[in-house]
Amino acid sequence: MLDTAPRAPWRGFTHATWQDTIDVADFIQANHEPYTGDGGFLTGPTCRTLEVWGRLAKLFVEERRRGVLDVDTATPSTITAHAPGWIDREKELIVGLQTDAPLRRAIVPNGGLRMVETALRAYGYQPDPGVHQIFTEYRKTHNDAVFDAYPADVLAARRSHVITGLPDSYGRGRIIGDYRRVSLYGVDRLVTERRAIKEALDDRPSTDHVIRDREELAEQIRALGELKRMAASYGHDISGPATTGREAIQWLYFAYLAATKEQNGAAMSLGRTATFLDVYLRRDLSEGRLTEMEAQELIDDFVIKLRIIRFLRTPEYDELFSGDPTWVTEALGGMGADGRPLVTRTSFRYLQTLYNLGPAPEPNLTVLWSPRLPAGFKRFCAQVSLDTSAIQYENDELIRPAYDDDTAIACCVSALRVGRDMQFFGARANLAKALLYAINGGRDELTGEQIAPATPPVDGEVLDYDTVLAAYDRTLDWLAETYVDALNVIHHQHDRYAYERLEMALHDHPVRRFMATGIAGLSVAVDSLAAIRHGRVTVLRDATGLAVDYVLEGAPPTYGNNDDRADAIAVWLTEAFAAKLRRQRTYRDAELTMSVLTITSNVVYGKHTGNTPDGRRAGEPFAPGANPMNGRDTHGLVAAALSVAKLPYDAARDGISLTGTVTPDGLGRTRQERIDNLAGVLDGYTDAGGFHLNVNVLDRATLVDAMAHPERYPQLTVRVSGYAVNFVRLTPEQQRDVVSRTFHGSL
Amino acid sequence: MRPAPPPGHRPGRTDAPTVGSVHSWDISVGVDGPGVRFVAFLAGCPLRCRYCHSPDTWYRRSGRTRTVDELMADIERYQRFITVAGGGVTLSGGEPLQQPHFTREVLRRCHDLGLHTALDTSGFLGVRADDDMLDATDLVLLDVKSWDPATYRQITRTGSVSPTLRFGRRLAQRGTPIWIRFVLVPGLTDAVQNVAGVADFAAGLATVQRVEVLPFHRLGAHKYAELGLTFPLANTEPPNPELLARVRGQFAERGLAVY
Repeated sequence: MLDTAPRAPWRGFTHATWQDTIDVADFIQANHEPYTGDGGFLTGPTCRTLEVWGRLAKLFVEERRRGVLDVDTATPSTITAHAPGWIDREKELIVGLQTDAPLRRAIVPNGGLRMVETALRAYGYQPDPGVHQIFTEYRKTHNDAVFDAYPADVLAARRSHVITGLPDSYGRGRIIGDYRRVSLYGVDRLVTERRAIKEALDDRPSTDHVIRDREELAEQIRALGELKRMAASYGHDISGPATTGREAIQWLYFAYLAATKEQNGAAMSLGRTATFLDVYLRRDLSEGRLTEMEAQELIDDFVIKLRIIRFLRTPEYDELFSGDPTWVTEALGGMGADGRPLVTRTSFRYLQTLYNLGPAPEPNLTVLWSPRLPAGFKRFCAQVSLDTSAIQYENDELIRPAYDDDTAIACCVSALRVGRDMQFFGARANLAKALLYAINGGRDELTGEQIAPATPPVDGEVLDYDTVLAAYDRTLDWLAETYVDALNVIHHQHDRYAYERLEMALHDHPVRRFMATGIAGLSVAVDSLAAIRHGRVTVLRDATGLAVDYVLEGAPPTYGNNDDRADAIAVWLTEAFAAKLRRQRTYRDAELTMSVLTITSNVVYGKHTGNTPDGRRAGEPFAPGANPMNGRDTHGLVAAALSVAKLPYDAARDGISLTGTVTPDGLGRTRQERIDNLAGVLDGYTDAGGFHLNVNVLDRATLVDAMAHPERYPQLTVRVSGYAVNFVRLTPEQQRDVVSRTFHGSL
Repeated sequence: MRPAPPPGHRPGRTDAPTVGSVHSWDISVGVDGPGVRFVAFLAGCPLRCRYCHSPDTWYRRSGRTRTVDELMADIERYQRFITVAGGGVTLSGGEPLQQPHFTREVLRRCHDLGLHTALDTSGFLGVRADDDMLDATDLVLLDVKSWDPATYRQITRTGSVSPTLRFGRRLAQRGTPIWIRFVLVPGLTDAVQNVAGVADFAAGLATVQRVEVLPFHRLGAHKYAELGLTFPLANTEPPNPELLARVRGQFAERGLAVY
């Protein structure tokens, strides 16, 4: 690599409107060069990469043993709170850690002190009394603020788990700063832009909204200053634009790192960075500043950093989400609005890290798939899926028209235009449990407690479809109202007490906001309704008249077999609940969206739901996301996928998730055939309107062996509903769920 | 000499719609012919192979009676997916040639839709596949169970290998592509001479595109239990990698593409 950094940061770039206004998408369109070849140019890891990664490998073993490697218990995290830290100061190419040492976790009490202290105690640490005093006496947390403002029916719904996983005690996450702006423009230019926006507000009367905007902008400007100081502590001046590929990666990473220092967000996506960075790497290569091996080495080093992003969370939180996820989601590929693919060599280089560093769940590599993508890229993706199971796929042909061609994925499936949209993350409402409430007149089937407003229970020995449907409709009205009410409280308080200053500094103003709701238990609710309609369901009631079990006779159709008798119910339920949600008034007039997504929380939702009319036993896990129930999809994964593909994206713009597991033998006889066939299946699914697919290519024997001998499989990665997890870090219960989940011997 | 049939007439066809007994269907990838395939398993088989993994398809009565239109309606729901993903339709069983009218009509209808068609058969009833049917068949998955007649009889209890060989030669003559399938069962089909015979036969057919050596497995054992039948090979182990390599090698050394 040449040592001297050239002065002119934008030399050789094609000019368009991006120099005059902050517009990274415009920069990419004007400057990216699609790559239509195959992966033949890629290089393996260098010794330096392996040495740095090797140092961490030792720490991972210790971390897995203890749960967390280390925590700085006394320093509430801010962008500048921690001294700089290194893995190997001499060898790292891209620098910066969340605290002063790798895998040492920070505390972020703004979201909630209880979460911090519970987590500390769980891992054998004593909470710091000074921190405790600050966040109880002087500084209110988001968590406290929410509970000050929750109405009673929200508390009841939360307690009974008909609404679960609300971000009311931790950071909401799911906000993606446009971290690329720091590389392209430098911090000073961004501060100038924010100042101008703020000054423009001076002429407006100081209403609630204007005051809030001015204060938020002031905080954003402050955060940008802190970002510069943090970078300076690592010896980098990021006030101006990056001048080389290495600087572009470093600037971008500093911005992302600052976000993770400020927020312990449930999902901290990276955005859509590969093709942006490719413009810089390509320029370096053409200037002779860099070789392919060095370009790959930079990406490998960057990805090492992304793999060690850590947050301090409670064991219960990890149980809900499986493992210790951070959702550093990067969107790769996709097509440009001009019809040219957004695939570049750096898209390949990101995927290559799964070979150079071995498979891993983070960063959460997400390919925006279109049948129009270059064949070489499609085949490479399919190959990487076969080899690592570590990629998820989303339908670029649905996303691009609904958003734009510079859209990234927050968390697992939620599309957001980078730097233009943000979302208020809303967890999930449990539609299966709600059906039981409808049958029981609003009483909880497990406790008997009246949760929803009292209505006449559905009576009679045998459930009548129309009667149940009418009752369900009322219950869903209540659920939608209560659910959005909870979210309005949460996000109002989060903005006040745990505002994402830096991430929001890297968004346009005004930003488009989504209220991103979600549903769990779709397949259970649908199969139950199909059973009531097409079979015969007899109710068993306890002494208090509470329906506690059901006897199903007949062989009703089930969701997941491309059978419209069941699938039409799924479509109806998705649309009906989305419509009810949209009728609610939202905080900051956010646009309401809905997802059919559960991470592995399907296990927890199932645990809190009683016997259901479809024959599912109390406590049994739900299917993840929009998946059919385990074992009920009898015609293979393609039929299941086509059922899922019927769910209308317009009603669920926050994403619809499907997880499929296949064995290598179930994709063809030879490696080439398997690659071609998997790429074909992805084309077919995308063409059918399927939104998202996790692909696991595994055999059952491997998983069973990994359960018995976790030490042999430190990097075994399994995809579950929008997210890849490290299999050996799942609880035994979750591991069994993954194994028993429909293991399609053939697709 | 019979008079020529009226146009559109299919032998055996009456005004009533053609019906077949269909055990089940599935969508598979890469294992029942090329690409993503709609596989219809027809019920009823004249053979009772000792290693059979689907004894639940032996009897016609174990399937559901369905018209061609009904099965086509199922297939058409996957037509677009199959076309985009690459693949086709495979008629399997059971033995699809035990229901030649139904099989012929389904193959023809699929072919007319532009779908790639495959017929998965033992060839034992190959004589029932008329030229009309084969014109609508893009690929035959021909299951050659054994070369040695005694072994063939031992496997199938009722069958003989010569109809399969005649059918294979006929396919080659008329230019129909063939994938030969050979189920490798230790102690039953693995004799060197037996494999050599199948391999020589396959090598002698000009239209054989590949040979698939399918290792015996016992995943169908529970079906025997459910049907109250005894699984004759309950104690037979799947072939070990060395045996598989040897057998595949016997095919490969004759210049055949073998998997």
